[in-house]
Amino acid sequence: MTAKKVVKNSLESSLKRLEEIVETLERGETSLDDAVNLYEEGVQISKQCAEKLKAAELKIKKLSRDIDGQFTLNEPDEA
Amino acid sequence: MASEKNVITITELTRQIKFSLESSFPRVWVEGEISNFKQHTSGHLYFTLKDEGAQLSALMWRSRVANLTFQPEDGMKVIVRGSITVYPPRGNYQLDADQIQPLGLGELQQAFERLKRKLDAEGLFDTDHKKPIPEFPEKIGIITSETGAALQDIRSVLSRRHPSVEVVLAPVRVQGAGAAEEIAGAIKYLNQFGGIDVLIVGRGGGSLEDLWAFNEEIVARAIYASKIPIISAVGHEIDFSIADFTADMRAPTPSAAAELVVRDRSELLEDIGNMCYTMHGALDNQVSGLRERTAGLVTSYSFNRPKDLVRKFSQRVDELDRSLDISYAHAAQRVHQKYSSLHLQLQALSPGGVLKRGYAIIRKEGRIVSSARLLGTNDLADIQLHDGTVGVKVEKGHLV
Repeated sequence: MTAKKVVKNSLESSLKRLEEIVETLERGETSLDDAVNLYEEGVQISKQCAEKLKAAELKIKKLSRDIDGQFTLNEPDEA
Repeated sequence: MASEKNVITITELTRQIKFSLESSFPRVWVEGEISNFKQHTSGHLYFTLKDEGAQLSALMWRSRVANLTFQPEDGMKVIVRGSITVYPPRGNYQLDADQIQPLGLGELQQAFERLKRKLDAEGLFDTDHKKPIPEFPEKIGIITSETGAALQDIRSVLSRRHPSVEVVLAPVRVQGAGAAEEIAGAIKYLNQFGGIDVLIVGRGGGSLEDLWAFNEEIVARAIYASKIPIISAVGHEIDFSIADFTADMRAPTPSAAAELVVRDRSELLEDIGNMCYTMHGALDNQVSGLRERTAGLVTSYSFNRPKDLVRKFSQRVDELDRSLDISYAHAAQRVHQKYSSLHLQLQALSPGGVLKRGYAIIRKEGRIVSSARLLGTNDLADIQLHDGTVGVKVEKGHLV
């Protein structure tokens, strides 16, 4: 369950990578090939990030409690 | 002599007493009963604290009186915190009070103070233990009442600022018996739930009694044990709870917690846009830099040297080619002449040629006669000349 978090391409790591790319490109020390690849990667990431931020409505999952006072999730976790 | 008996002045003696007393009792908690209570027009309080065996003058300065939550009266049993000071003009010592709690009343408050001291001593409030709040949480756990204003506040702030986050709500009672256990259980459960980046634990404001669940030890320990960073959001600005001290971050209200936990989406999108712009500019710069460098190289002398060499060589090749053609033509002509003369020589040597010059071939019975001894008298023979053959008879042969 915790492994999932590492695998998923979180917004935080995406933005970190994007910042890294911007810095590298700004230093201008890479070869043109690498620069073009980095640029493409950066555009890709920024698209993904924007996509991720697009959701229009807040998703709320509500837990409920069983008789013993233990929490359970009603709906299955879609992820 | 009097001067040899170490005589000191009253002022000096009092100074020494003051130093010794004040440094020995910088902070004391004293329990006693109030008497001679008097509030001066200046606002300062003067009173005497006493028990069966002794009494102690006490005062509280106006600035601290403002913090009192009750009106002290003669006969009231209290616990006073303060320091011992000496007042030299009167030659007396007194308790300079900074806090007064009624005894018997405000037990919750005292329990709060006791637990706070205990947990503080245990290190539950240590800043070293506080976990950083993630900058971009994607899944936020909320532990509060399902029906309270806190949930509505958090929900509306999140919807406005950053609706792409996911919320997992663990509904709990936030006051009354069993509330603390439910809150602690929810913290534990959400830690096992998986994928949750940050927790908000809280409720709207209320009286000390209403907020009590957040001052319970079990909640403090659950917060301390949580692997997920926790933002406490209990009540309004001025109420501090034990949960606030233990949490990784304290928000004054539930709305504030929601503001703290997510970044504004439109700001974030603008940041991303700016990064794209910067990235594009940087690549553009690099390309035009390279373009300039290329142009510089193409026109440079050394870059054009090989081209010159190639031109020179191809000219040379053309020249060689031309002279090769010429040599070949000469050689061919020579061969042709040679052939013609050989042909003539060859023709001259052929039998036809020889016959034309007057020679003849003599055959006897079809065979060429190459010796006189082969022909006897009366032998018949053919003589071939260049224009025909005649038959002859030998009159006088070599053979007899």
